[in-house]
Amino acid sequence: MNLSDTIIAPATAVGEGGIAVVRISGPRALDSLKKYFRPTTHNIKFSSQRLYHGTLVDQDEQHIDEIMAVYMSAPHTYTCDDVVEIHCHGSQQVVKSILNLYFDYGLRLADAGEFTYRAFANGRLDLSQAEAVARLIHAKTDSSRKLALSQVEGQLSRCIDDFTERLRKIQILVEAWIDFPEEELPREDLEHIERTVSSVIEEINTLIDTFNSGKVLADGASILLVGRPNAGKSSLLNKLLGEERAIVTDIPGTTRDLLEEGITLAGVPVRLVDTAGLRQSDDPVEMEGVKRAIDKIGHADLVLLLIDGSKEVDDQDIYSYRSCETAPTFVVETKSDLEKIADLSFVTHPLYSISIKTGEGLDELKEAIGEYLLGDYIAANESVMLSEQRHYDSLVSTLKNLQNVLIALCEGQSLEFIAFDIRDSLQYLGQISGETTTDSVLSGIFSQFCIGK
Amino acid sequence: MSSYGKKYDVIVVGAGHAGCEAALATARMGCLTLLLTMGLDTVAQMSCNPSIGGLAKGHLVSEIDALGGEMGLNIDATGIQFRRLNTKKGPAVRAGRAQADRMAYSARMKSIVEKEPLLDLKQGMVVDLLSEADRITGVRIREGLKFESRTVVLTTGTFMRGLIHVGLNNYSGGRAGEPSSEGLSESLRRLGLNVGRLKTGTPARLSSRSIDYSKLESQPGDAVPKPFSFMTDKITCEQVNCYISYTNEETHQIIRDNLDKSALFSGNIEGIGPRYCPSIEDKVVRFPDRNSHQTFIEPEGRMSSEMYPSGMSTSLPPDVQLKYFRTMIGLEKVELMRPGYAIEYDFVEPTQLKMTLETRNVNGLYHAGQINGTSGYEEAAAQGLLAGINAALRCKEKGELIVGRDQGYIGVMIDDLVTQSTTEPYRMFTSRSEYRLLLREDNADQRFTELGRSIGLVEDDRWELYQEKQEQVAKGERFLRENMITSANKELVEKFGLGQLKSGLDLESLLRRPEMTIEKIAAEHADLQTLSPAALEQLEIAIKYSGYIERQLEMVERSKEYEKIKIPEDIDYADVDSLSTEVREYLDKVRPVNLAHAGRIQGVTPAAVAILNVYLRKKYHAKNSAR
Repeated sequence: MNLSDTIIAPATAVGEGGIAVVRISGPRALDSLKKYFRPTTHNIKFSSQRLYHGTLVDQDEQHIDEIMAVYMSAPHTYTCDDVVEIHCHGSQQVVKSILNLYFDYGLRLADAGEFTYRAFANGRLDLSQAEAVARLIHAKTDSSRKLALSQVEGQLSRCIDDFTERLRKIQILVEAWIDFPEEELPREDLEHIERTVSSVIEEINTLIDTFNSGKVLADGASILLVGRPNAGKSSLLNKLLGEERAIVTDIPGTTRDLLEEGITLAGVPVRLVDTAGLRQSDDPVEMEGVKRAIDKIGHADLVLLLIDGSKEVDDQDIYSYRSCETAPTFVVETKSDLEKIADLSFVTHPLYSISIKTGEGLDELKEAIGEYLLGDYIAANESVMLSEQRHYDSLVSTLKNLQNVLIALCEGQSLEFIAFDIRDSLQYLGQISGETTTDSVLSGIFSQFCIGK
Repeated sequence: MSSYGKKYDVIVVGAGHAGCEAALATARMGCLTLLLTMGLDTVAQMSCNPSIGGLAKGHLVSEIDALGGEMGLNIDATGIQFRRLNTKKGPAVRAGRAQADRMAYSARMKSIVEKEPLLDLKQGMVVDLLSEADRITGVRIREGLKFESRTVVLTTGTFMRGLIHVGLNNYSGGRAGEPSSEGLSESLRRLGLNVGRLKTGTPARLSSRSIDYSKLESQPGDAVPKPFSFMTDKITCEQVNCYISYTNEETHQIIRDNLDKSALFSGNIEGIGPRYCPSIEDKVVRFPDRNSHQTFIEPEGRMSSEMYPSGMSTSLPPDVQLKYFRTMIGLEKVELMRPGYAIEYDFVEPTQLKMTLETRNVNGLYHAGQINGTSGYEEAAAQGLLAGINAALRCKEKGELIVGRDQGYIGVMIDDLVTQSTTEPYRMFTSRSEYRLLLREDNADQRFTELGRSIGLVEDDRWELYQEKQEQVAKGERFLRENMITSANKELVEKFGLGQLKSGLDLESLLRRPEMTIEKIAAEHADLQTLSPAALEQLEIAIKYSGYIERQLEMVERSKEYEKIKIPEDIDYADVDSLSTEVREYLDKVRPVNLAHAGRIQGVTPAAVAILNVYLRKKYHAKNSAR
């Protein structure tokens, strides 16, 4: 790990809180700030540990966000390097723009745990703390791989492996031609290089576009509130929103039956989706709403099935329960302040009892939801954006190298330059999916070509 | 056991390509050296292909030369066909290759060794290594005589427990017609070293007068042969042709029909052979779709009628060899002078070495060449030179010489050897280097001459020539940077096709244009014409490829961070918590010298490197604060 360059990363969880903090550490920290920060008070000299107000602009002096910035000079900082923190609005888009701005400026996205790692390397942490970090780094690698898998339903990993495989084959060809100039290697194979590189470029471009849409990032976990009318869904929704609301967005375009609200629950960005009561009906409009709700159940990360504990369980409750049976579901018995009448012995899912009125059981429920979601999100919480940016970064660098390959081919450059760019692009892909070693290339040559001096 | 009496600084065992370089280096560095060989008539013998150089191997020769080694000079003096490979390609993959007059090559090297004042060349078969505690003290030869020394360089080639296979017959031998060396590998085992087994092979030698050259395509050398050595002005040796013939379906059928008689395919051979140099039966079996394989028929010398058919190594019986050769065009009436054979030999796993090529177990014991699992004369010579230099530095207590991966192919090779486990004989390829664009033949002098000077191997004449060239290059750079073509110079603007030149164009930028060459520019500027062709070439490459070169330099810089973090020799990996047992074993086997080195070991994960880093820094900090 390089310890002397300047690194950047969001210091707060993505999508959480009204304010986000982006942290920069390293020798170029102050210069990075000065480059794009336009303080409200002109001609200031930055003193350490003071907060400055102003705007952050991009390369074309276009306004990115109104921010507060603080510069802390080495060595009295977390990492013992110069540190700058940028406090911006807590929108993913803003944070993304700031990161991209500084990537272009030449800063490097911090690896998971790297700030802590630097703190250690500079002597601020002791061995046991640092070893924990080292283990974390390892864990993070695994979890970010997992994340990559889940992000695009495993597509990304497969894509990268596919790119790697195709480029590796080309590399084998090129290296064989370079290292065995006197052997009779199939000449038509060389033409294959340009075609392959062009098609990989095209596919990487498509992939990059899907990253840019930010769709994957915007999605938090979705929690669906299900239950017959008056089971207490809206009350629970309002209760959760009232206490936990950080950013609330009304998503337009949903039907009158589906209401989505974004909150943060136990540090996890969550979209709460209220549904129309689930019941069988003859009314085609109502049945349409029910159909939509049932569709949603299949896609939700967690379903909260609410059942009124103060009433007998009826057909509608059973219907709702059946609809959720195969989905990850918590059954929530409401109105626990009233006399318990409902017999919930048929429930096999986790069961929680709450009262909106007294607040009883709410904390336990929230904790359980958090724990359930955190299973998948604990790593993602800090790195969902990082790992994605890393992939984006790696792919952009890969692309640049592959375009160099095409240019070099076009100019009729000698093969070792082409090999250089292919090797470099494979190295960037390798940051996502593991590396291609020279030995595997040589093995490829020996297995494909008849080489012998 | 009687002692010879004389106390040597260095004893080199084996006078092949590694041994000669090692012994010359130590003697030239002022160490009293003994070079022991089993046969005084086979010094610097080319056991297989009588050629030096080729891609990556030629690079090694130029590095050996710049460090003050002998190989480049020796082939320049005895080469009978020089060809530059890849002249149309970029500078990093241009390489020299030369066919040697095998006997002349050997004879010249022997005379150079014999003339070296501090070097004794003697015949004798070493059967045992002498040591006290963990330090080498000398060797014992078969006759019972003891030679004492402070260091020993072992360059045993294919001789240790050599076993020659011809068809289903096998017999002990280090090379056809020569005995094997018994006892030495047992002695190494006793010293605690792991010994393994490898295999290689060589083709039959054909009688020149039985070949119908009129049917063969001939391949001449370059009209103006380019020398390997910085110190050679001109190749004066008479040049000869090589010839090309092909196998055909009939050849392949004979081979297929007789596979059961091949030592390789009948399971008689336990050693692992090189994939890049497969035997002809291997090729026929593994690539059944190929109905023909090319072979270069190369003369072994001007005084010899033995011809070497490349790519035809084999372990089939001699009668089968004769039968299939005679199916080939031009070889219908061929006579074999020596049959081809396969040979198995002992090597010592090179992961037991330090980067200086000294064994970790035994102080003062160095290994170079095929004993380290490599193949090739150039690979052997480069290791011999490095081992010799380090043995001499040790004797003089002047530290050690470690070549980095970014400095030269020598560095790449030694790093690979001590880091990766050997699964086949190791040969140099340019693809083994991640910094290929930096490691070129043309700049080997810049990469190594100063180093060679600092250890005392570069003599005054070479040093002066080198400095002169460097001055010329600097002068040329200045001239190109400071001189412009302006629109006022209509004639030149037109000649160079510069069209509408708004402001002036400096010559450096002009040279960067793809269609521009240094010759074209020099033709118009008298100042540049005073520079030597070598300086002009250097100038052109450095400027034209500066973009790529800078990118490579950045890559080097990035890798340097971990390179700087040294791992103490006495580190106890059991003491590093959180490492998996597996990783701990890998690290313990290789004993890397720094973190970058550790990261290159197969099976050592980035996480493990991070943990190690943490451990080292902690330990370092603790040490510092204790003082």
